[in-house]
Amino acid sequence: MYSFNFAPVFAQFGRLLDGAAVTMALSCGAMALGLVISVICAPARTSHIVPLRWLVGVYVEVIRNTPFLVQIFFIYFGLPAVGISFNPNPAALVALTINVGAYGTEIIRAGIESIHWGQVEAGIALGLGRVQIFRYIILKPALRTVYPALTSQFIFLMLTSSVVSVISATDLAAAGNDINSETFASFETYIVVTAMYLAMSTILAAFFTAVQRMAFRYPQGR
Amino acid sequence: MIRQFGWNEFELLLFAARWTIVLALIAFVGGGIGGLIVALLRTADNRTARAAMVVFIRVFQGTPLLMQLFLAYFGMAIFGFSVNPLIAAMIALTAHASAYLGEIWRGCIQAVPRGQTEAATTLGLHYFARMRYVVLPQAARIAVPPTVGFLVQLLKETSLASIIGFVELTRQGQIITSVTFRPFLVYGLVAALYFAMCWPLSLGARRMERGLARGTQR
Repeated sequence: MYSFNFAPVFAQFGRLLDGAAVTMALSCGAMALGLVISVICAPARTSHIVPLRWLVGVYVEVIRNTPFLVQIFFIYFGLPAVGISFNPNPAALVALTINVGAYGTEIIRAGIESIHWGQVEAGIALGLGRVQIFRYIILKPALRTVYPALTSQFIFLMLTSSVVSVISATDLAAAGNDINSETFASFETYIVVTAMYLAMSTILAAFFTAVQRMAFRYPQGR
Repeated sequence: MIRQFGWNEFELLLFAARWTIVLALIAFVGGGIGGLIVALLRTADNRTARAAMVVFIRVFQGTPLLMQLFLAYFGMAIFGFSVNPLIAAMIALTAHASAYLGEIWRGCIQAVPRGQTEAATTLGLHYFARMRYVVLPQAARIAVPPTVGFLVQLLKETSLASIIGFVELTRQGQIITSVTFRPFLVYGLVAALYFAMCWPLSLGARRMERGLARGTQR
């Protein structure tokens, strides 16, 4: 019978924590940059300018219909062939950003489409400028609508980021791989790493729910 | 000696893509059976069963599939089975799909108006008859688009089986890259093959969703 031995794994717990910090940094960085891409691409996806609409459409469809693992291989191993090369961690950030940008675009677009056109017309009638209409009448209510989808996308991104360990980025999964190859306590190592991912996703989910309760209460008349 | 990328190499990729499809189908069928059980228990009257399914779904949706694959792979050795990447991938992907499909179908079952269940109970139908003839047929209608959407996710996620050494499309791409040194071309083709498999499904899911939205408008 196999006897479990967690001691060598917990002896290296500091390295796992460092890895978890990298995982969080990569996820937050990618989400922030990905949101910028999404907010730019979402209106372009329904733009009158056909080439622009096509370009964004191709980006979104290609990313959403290919595996993240292949995307990161393409970026890390493929792009150096055409003279663009990254270190592992920046490559991971770029791959995650491009990936979440495509999903974010679709989420934000759905949010924008949920805004009734009459609201925009009301804005025009009130003499608001184009930027003001986009910001106050389209973007803000749309963000409130898409908040649950965006936050679960963020948690999914954090879990997906474990894949960047294959290009020797230094995230939590990679820290697990290192400890595994040094201690040979494979099952124990990955149990601990998995539990850490579970803790992170659970805490994030609870945090996002709390923020939603506080920030997105519907304005009520007094 | 560097091998040229030619028709033979492309054929190897195509053959490997069949394994990707096989893996996705196994996981989909296994996950479909598991998911139905999860969804039914998740919406059951029994509190313990519900709570257990909440935990099951939370754990599998709250941890990376890559870690689930590693645990299945290394867990097999611990429990005395000979380690086989295909079996490990099947186990992990099936459990993973069960959790996701279970959660999707739970929503669909709960979307069926409560009055339907009540009416069926009034007519004297027991749990199985009620589910089989009243609730599930109605839930199935709205379940199709998100289920197809998840199938796309599952097809893409089979690529992670390459990391535990199972030779499917992505792993074959790695192998061919290591002898031809054409990563840009090979990974580009691998991505194109995944796209060819996933995009029609995505389009179908979207079309069905729109059709359903139109059908249920009032």
